[in-house]
Amino acid sequence: MSADIPIKLSVNGEDRNIFVTPTRTLLETLREDLDLTGTKCGCNQGVCGSCTVFCDGLPIRACLALAVTMRGREIVTIEGAHPGDMLSVVQQAFVDAGAVQCGFCIPGMIVSATALLQETQTPSDHDIREALSGNLCRCTGYAKIVAAVSLAARRLNGTVGGAT
Amino acid sequence: MSEAMTLGTSLPRLEAAAKAAGAARYTADMELPGMLHGAVLGSPHAHARIASYDVSAARALPGVKAVVTGADIPQRRFGLTVADESALAIGKVRYIGDPVAAVAAVDTEIAARALELIKVAYEELPAMVTPEQAMADGAPLIHEGYAGYPKIFDCISSGNIMSLARISAGDAEAAWSQCDLIVEDVYETQAQYHAYMEPVAAIAEVDAVGRMTIWSTTQSVFRTQACVSEALGLPRGKVRAISPYVGGGFGGKSEPGVQLVAAVLARACGRPVKVVLRREDDIMTMRSRHPAKIRLKTGARRDGTILARTGDVIMDGGAYADDSPAAMTIVLHFLRGPYRIPNVAFDGRVVYTNKLRAGAFRAVGNAQATFACESQLDELAARLSIDPIDLRLKNAIQQGDRWLGGHAVGSASLAECLTKVRVASDWDTRRAADQKATTTGKRRALGVSSIVYTCAYLSTSAVVRLLEDGTVSVATGAVDIGQGSDTAIAQMCAAALQLPIASVTLVRPDTDATPYNSGTNASRVTYMLGQVIAQAADQVRTQIFRHAADLFECAEEDIELLPGGRVAIKGVSERALTFAEISRRAHFQVGGPIIGQGSYVFDAGKNDPKLAIAKGTISLEHIGTYVFGAQVVDVEVDEITGKVEVLEAWSAHDVGRAVNRQAVEGQIEGAFAQGLGYALMEELVWDDGQLINPSFMDYKIPGTLDMPPKFHPIIIENPEPTHPFGVKGIGEPPVIGVAPAIANAIEQASGVRIRRLPLTGERVLRALVTRDSRAP
Repeated sequence: MSADIPIKLSVNGEDRNIFVTPTRTLLETLREDLDLTGTKCGCNQGVCGSCTVFCDGLPIRACLALAVTMRGREIVTIEGAHPGDMLSVVQQAFVDAGAVQCGFCIPGMIVSATALLQETQTPSDHDIREALSGNLCRCTGYAKIVAAVSLAARRLNGTVGGAT
Repeated sequence: MSEAMTLGTSLPRLEAAAKAAGAARYTADMELPGMLHGAVLGSPHAHARIASYDVSAARALPGVKAVVTGADIPQRRFGLTVADESALAIGKVRYIGDPVAAVAAVDTEIAARALELIKVAYEELPAMVTPEQAMADGAPLIHEGYAGYPKIFDCISSGNIMSLARISAGDAEAAWSQCDLIVEDVYETQAQYHAYMEPVAAIAEVDAVGRMTIWSTTQSVFRTQACVSEALGLPRGKVRAISPYVGGGFGGKSEPGVQLVAAVLARACGRPVKVVLRREDDIMTMRSRHPAKIRLKTGARRDGTILARTGDVIMDGGAYADDSPAAMTIVLHFLRGPYRIPNVAFDGRVVYTNKLRAGAFRAVGNAQATFACESQLDELAARLSIDPIDLRLKNAIQQGDRWLGGHAVGSASLAECLTKVRVASDWDTRRAADQKATTTGKRRALGVSSIVYTCAYLSTSAVVRLLEDGTVSVATGAVDIGQGSDTAIAQMCAAALQLPIASVTLVRPDTDATPYNSGTNASRVTYMLGQVIAQAADQVRTQIFRHAADLFECAEEDIELLPGGRVAIKGVSERALTFAEISRRAHFQVGGPIIGQGSYVFDAGKNDPKLAIAKGTISLEHIGTYVFGAQVVDVEVDEITGKVEVLEAWSAHDVGRAVNRQAVEGQIEGAFAQGLGYALMEELVWDDGQLINPSFMDYKIPGTLDMPPKFHPIIIENPEPTHPFGVKGIGEPPVIGVAPAIANAIEQASGVRIRRLPLTGERVLRALVTRDSRAP
């Protein structure tokens, strides 16, 4: 297919100029054109949440967003969700709480969880379950994922130590 | 670091940070120079003969590099129990989606367009989409050549029935007359989709001397190697299989996914080819849990002593055998349940139909058997007016008992597991109170289920090498599909050599680099790998001691291992030698590099015909080490809508010894969730051979809000005597009891017994309406 539409967008803080076809999704652009494979394709229908990324600070499904609509937008993927080589507080909490099993859903989970914690400092377990209800995981039964987000919240608001 | 510190510690997984950072690469994330993209054309018919192909238009499309059909590939078959599959359909198609042709192109869009240009002429045949249709008199054969296919078991077959099997012990028919009460009914279970979050993917590359390398999402690099080798007629050594990170499997990736398609395309075009299935295609063409229909009959004395049980099982195997005959053997092996029932007779038939193949799925066969058995046990308890846990305890298998056919049971801790969940859930108080305490339209009650499974299975091996700097490298063919075995293996190796975990590195599964392991199945990896890690580490330690004895000029018996990779003369720790010093000596001066290896095949012993008669089954000689558990669920039934919610759950399991507590809890929580989906919502539905819900829109798996807000994993540790680290497997057991426990709670809450999974709102509501229309 001819890749004929030029777009400019910011990805993880860097300006990128790329050419895309009208049908290309943001997910395909990230994974195939920009080699940002941390964002996963689980269903390609916007159901599983594995492709969740930040677009102008809000979580979206990259598989449902056409790349051509991303002109001028600021995209942050899992690769950009942490400062330098350090894991973010949320990422580290997922590691420490044992929330990572096969790991395929985890990048999307971390983006959704980070979005929640940007809005709410002290989410209840129910708040966390609601905020993550659009992210499917088949390995963990979610218990340790909920625990991880709760741990991250407590580290961020200073109730417990261990944050980086 | 002492052994105690390493074993049982809740260490984060070795690769957790890489996964959380998005840096861990799965198969679909890989890119090779010159790589093409493959796509697969599926059959539009459930059963048809292929008359002809026309691929000229597809081949002519710019960007298309190869088009292959069943006519272009080696006319060879492969399969785990029966060699009935080919890389692409040869001669006929047997279900909607059966791979007919494949294309390799420069990108996925061109590959998809090329598929639309392939023309296949079919002659349709009658489709048989239920076992009953396939077993009907005069039903056309789905596999005409079945009798001639190679098989790995003592096969008894008839028409479309691929396997007839029977296991019996005692004399059930004679025992019925001694029973005061007999219950009999039919229990039905559905096709469940594995729904691993990573759809199947493979990359194949043929090198300049014709050697094939396959990177793929798989539960066994050795099964991948074997299937590609058999399908293409290549010697084993000409096929190399590698597993990058795998995004879940649950049995669905035990046998091949798209490796064969990638392999035939790579051979056809001489370039690397990547094939990644879309979710819809993964659901339509991979595999499901076997749908089963189980007629079960159980008889007992008035005091609750169970005397006899018979069962007749029909399972839908779908279009290809995969592991179906083995799955049926497992069903029959577990239909007695973890109870002392002296007289049993179980018959099973697995039938080919024109649908998606059924195959291994977390607790294969056992989940179906247990739904029937544990449901019926509560029905029996109700009729006998005995508490369900008391009835289970009265008949529970005890220490020293033998399983059907004579297997040693090991630590028989069912009673302990039942007692733990009884106490933790406040069962005795709540059972007496719950069903009376209702709020508007809602009733709430507890339900229970016993669980038993095995965790030792087939064979495995490991190589442990002491590297020049005194750290160790562990090579095993065991694939960590997300369940955490890499970390458990590293922990066991670190414990055996008293090394910090950071000094142990695992070699990724690669048939060129790692020794044989049959696969990540049957809750076996931690148990089996523990056996060979202990052997290999012991050999490494022996060699280290030999060097140390030389250097210290003392006897080997006087050397002791110290924590942190050091050895010394006993009691003289201040003059210790490091592993690095010993290893450098071995590498460059004396003896050669230090390598330990372990090989192990589990031997449960031959079936004792005096204890049980088995016919038409897979051998159970290399399967054993029994794992016990029990679950209680607190369930609320909304009698207005039929909706069932699990509010709280307790899941107790004897794991022998928890190598990594956090990982064990994760297995219990995750398996419970999958059991909850099986119990309440998941079902693949076909309409005349067409799967009608192949997407996550229409096939729902549990999300965060479906899980009980309160969940209690209860870890019991009775060290397994046959194991060097005392461990048992825990990957599958917690999935097994969820469905019957919920069905039992629903009956306790609302007085309706539902014998068909899943227990959807619609099904529960119908049962409630029937109940109320019968009420006086």
